[in-house]
Amino acid sequence: MCLAIPAQVVELREGDNAVVDLAGVRKEISLALVDGVAVGDYVIVHVGYALNKLDPEEAAKTLALFAEIGQLEASPTAH
Amino acid sequence: MGATGMRDYSRPLDLKNGRVEMAHGAGGRAMAHLIETLFARRLGNEWLAQGDDGAVLPAPGHGRLVMATDSHVVSPLFFPGGDIGCLSVHGTINDVAVMGAKPLWLSAAFVLEEGFPLGDLARIVDSMALSAKQAGVPVVTGDTKVVERGKGDGVFITTTGVGLLPAGRELSGRRAQPGDAILVSGTLGDHGMAIMAGRDNLGFESPIVSDTAALHGLIEALLACGAELHVLRDPTRGGLATTLNEIARQSGVGMLIQEKALPVSPLVAAACEFLGLDPLYVANEGKLVAICTENDAETLLSAMRKHPLGAQAAIIGSVHEDPQHFVQMATTLGGKRIVDWLTGDQLPRIC
Amino acid sequence: MKYIDEFRDGALAMGLSEAIRREAKPERHYHFMEFCGGHTHAISRYGVTDLLPANVEMIHGPGCPVCVLPIGRVDQAIRLALENDVILCAYGDCLRVPASGGLSLLRAKATGGDIRMVYSSADAVELARKHPERQVVFFAIGFETTTPPTAVAIKQAAALGLKNFSVLCCHVLTPPAMMAILNAPERIAIEGFVGPAHVSTVIGSRPYEPFAEQYGKPVVIAGFEPLDVLQAIRMLIRQVNDGRAEVENEFTRAVDRDGNRKAQALVGEVFELRETFEWRGLGALPHSALRLRPAFAGFDAEKRFGSVYQPVDDHKSCECAAILRGLKRPVECKLFGNVCTPENPVGSCMVSSEGACAAHYTYGRYRDA
Repeated sequence: MCLAIPAQVVELREGDNAVVDLAGVRKEISLALVDGVAVGDYVIVHVGYALNKLDPEEAAKTLALFAEIGQLEASPTAH
Repeated sequence: MGATGMRDYSRPLDLKNGRVEMAHGAGGRAMAHLIETLFARRLGNEWLAQGDDGAVLPAPGHGRLVMATDSHVVSPLFFPGGDIGCLSVHGTINDVAVMGAKPLWLSAAFVLEEGFPLGDLARIVDSMALSAKQAGVPVVTGDTKVVERGKGDGVFITTTGVGLLPAGRELSGRRAQPGDAILVSGTLGDHGMAIMAGRDNLGFESPIVSDTAALHGLIEALLACGAELHVLRDPTRGGLATTLNEIARQSGVGMLIQEKALPVSPLVAAACEFLGLDPLYVANEGKLVAICTENDAETLLSAMRKHPLGAQAAIIGSVHEDPQHFVQMATTLGGKRIVDWLTGDQLPRIC
Repeated sequence: MKYIDEFRDGALAMGLSEAIRREAKPERHYHFMEFCGGHTHAISRYGVTDLLPANVEMIHGPGCPVCVLPIGRVDQAIRLALENDVILCAYGDCLRVPASGGLSLLRAKATGGDIRMVYSSADAVELARKHPERQVVFFAIGFETTTPPTAVAIKQAAALGLKNFSVLCCHVLTPPAMMAILNAPERIAIEGFVGPAHVSTVIGSRPYEPFAEQYGKPVVIAGFEPLDVLQAIRMLIRQVNDGRAEVENEFTRAVDRDGNRKAQALVGEVFELRETFEWRGLGALPHSALRLRPAFAGFDAEKRFGSVYQPVDDHKSCECAAILRGLKRPVECKLFGNVCTPENPVGSCMVSSEGACAAHYTYGRYRDA
């Protein structure tokens, strides 16, 4: 529920730390709460910690769904 | 200032390891030495060379004077893109220039904390000297005080500026009228986020650089372009939102701005996302808000964009009648909301 | 910004808005509660209300940890700073919450309390490491999103053998609060919930299933961006129209049924349930908040400093309680906008930018004019 942003992991550092990048702004955060994060993955960052990985396929699916909905005509179609 | 050549004062200033001492503010030889070698030598001009308590300046023949003053307490003192020195010079030049006046002279008063490294002080004064020189606005008089360690935050600088306002020119926050166009001269939030990046525990690494700049050159170009300008202001502390609300209240009008039209650099947008801040409320130190008649908006925009400090200028909205004096914004989503006054300090959110 | 900008696209929003208009039956009135303060903020900040038809209404829920934090808890934090001379570390959001004696954490700082804003629990541990001569207390507020970071910090402090670090634990749980809304004696019409985004990345979608099953209320977990919220509303409308009551997940890119097992395990290792905990506006709720387990009791600030919670009544005209339950709207509070403003908040709904009152005042009050 709280403010969290998706950012890309660009560097792994010692311990559980990593550097994430959001449009060119980099910040060091902790990966202590998530396993199996690799450079290039997107994570959801909250108060300096990654909470979860973001699934790019699901993200794409969701956006595609939004686009599709926007193109539906007025006649109702079962979805 | 009261500095005279004190040839018999033996020790040169140790800029490498030396620190401000209480004696530097006491009014005696140590202070005179500091002023002469650190301040006057760097800021050097004929008025400081006069060496008196006040600078004797030629009185303008016609027109009115504009005077403005600003205290600078920024922390950190040195930040990406600038420092407290150039900030204090630009800030006051801008306050004078947005009134439509040609900035002529500056004064600078320093409150120094005992223990502050002289090397850093020299860097700050060098920065002021350079900015003043580039702007063509000399620092003609000043003051120095020293407070005990723990009673000051390194350096506080207060600058006052005086300028000459030509007859017939009326720029004021009271002059915005329904129908007027609202423009900004460039990207929002650069300075505030550059400062944030330097703060210890919020520390994020980014190439965001403060936009601190003297705007009197840009302003002259705008005043000469033929547009009927009503209001000019620089949106410093509290950001664009605060400035627009101030003007709306002063002029007794409402405003509607388009979120899509607001210039915000992707880096600043990203940094704001990280901390839960809104770029509308983040300080700028080298930007203008300009309000002019509707028909002149394109002319004004063109004049802004031609100038290096206005390359990313944009028309962002318009003024209308509103007894409540709300500043409203049409969001990128197509909805509407108010852009309200800032409450307290913008604090980074977790939620 | 990837995965952010695309979910704020105006054209797609129009499409979703049109779809909602088409699908909301004109003869029905839909009331949905967005539980999470982050959603309240997104709705206000983007003007999502303008994209909804008049018969679809959003009711703001109590999912704002600052809003439900009782005055007495802020008092505890302030006392620790002023009377026990600790370095009190807190998130920015709670610094302005008005507490007893005309104080807030910010005001207590002005009177000499060593109160420091931190962005992360890790910063508090770092402060403790750097200042072994001082006691450092971390004021841990927040729902399930913010709890795992506190757990990590406590374990870190344990691993470092820090003797000067402790936590004032006020972490609360989402499902008990949702239950309190549904069990409220006053009947408010809520046809469904927009479920929290980031809480759900941690706890998964499973905990909401009882609400759908037992109370017959659809829950759609929505991402944080305005397009997510719009789509979730559309999914709720469909469920209501179809007569379904299920848990659906709009935020599939970050939420699944199980949630983050590692984070849950860490939380389970460090914290246990309090028998009861007072929530501002919702009263005392059983098993709705956490405290440190005996194994970590050494890091419990309440034990270390003998700090006791004392309940404090709200201002008698303050309607935060009713507003947090969705029973009243901000404009129905006598204090709203005159005595109680973001500059001078009387109740917590006005302090946090996600509180219903602050959100309405800051972004939406032009609609009242």
